[in-house]
Amino acid sequence: MMLSCKETARLVSQGLDRHLPFGRRVALRVHLAICGGCTNFKDQVDFLRKAMTRLADPSAKP
Amino acid sequence: MNDFRSRVEGERAYLLRYARLQLRDRHTAEDTVQEALVAALAGEAGFAGRSNLRTWLTGILKHKIVDAIRRMSREGPLDSADEFEALFDERGHWIEMPAAWQDPGASLDQKQFFAVLEDCLAKLPAKTAQAFMMREHMGFETGDICKELGVTATHCWVLLYRARMALRQCLEANWFAK
Repeated sequence: MMLSCKETARLVSQGLDRHLPFGRRVALRVHLAICGGCTNFKDQVDFLRKAMTRLADPSAKP
Repeated sequence: MNDFRSRVEGERAYLLRYARLQLRDRHTAEDTVQEALVAALAGEAGFAGRSNLRTWLTGILKHKIVDAIRRMSREGPLDSADEFEALFDERGHWIEMPAAWQDPGASLDQKQFFAVLEDCLAKLPAKTAQAFMMREHMGFETGDICKELGVTATHCWVLLYRARMALRQCLEANWFAK
């Protein structure tokens, strides 16, 4: 079963907040392997987490 | 699986139909049935001596449905009228594919970037911002956030998803588009 980009975006986000079931993780990986838009989305969401971590750390802030 | 557990599990489909009729939203119905089943399994002693399992379970479910309705009227309905639905076509494809950002890592060394990020955070709706800040700024686990905000896990994930979608758009428009 193929995920849509909409479902993928939700799962990418949820993956940051919970441990996804095995089947979902596989489906996500399959979709990301063939979809450049969702891969960019995932990179951006991961970057956002990095930026928030930096924002929260007073010693790391420029 | 012990006998009681499998009998309770066997009533799930019936209870789900019942909850869906009341709540209409599929996710909320599934969450509510799950809560009822957990409560039923924990309260097995309360069933002892009664004859009809379905009647007993439905009684528990009714209480959970009332809780869910209260919660929904506090939270507003989930999902359907999501502003970010508009980013996808009817088959769930991006209408505009996300394009890569130019060297995002370099932004982390720029004071101006964090000013833009803080502006973007300030524009989030109150509850969305609260969930997101607890998660990403204070590092709480999702379960604790749900408890603090008095919402279900599903609702929590939706709040965090909305925050990320909104922040991504805001950063793209106000920083990476330069």
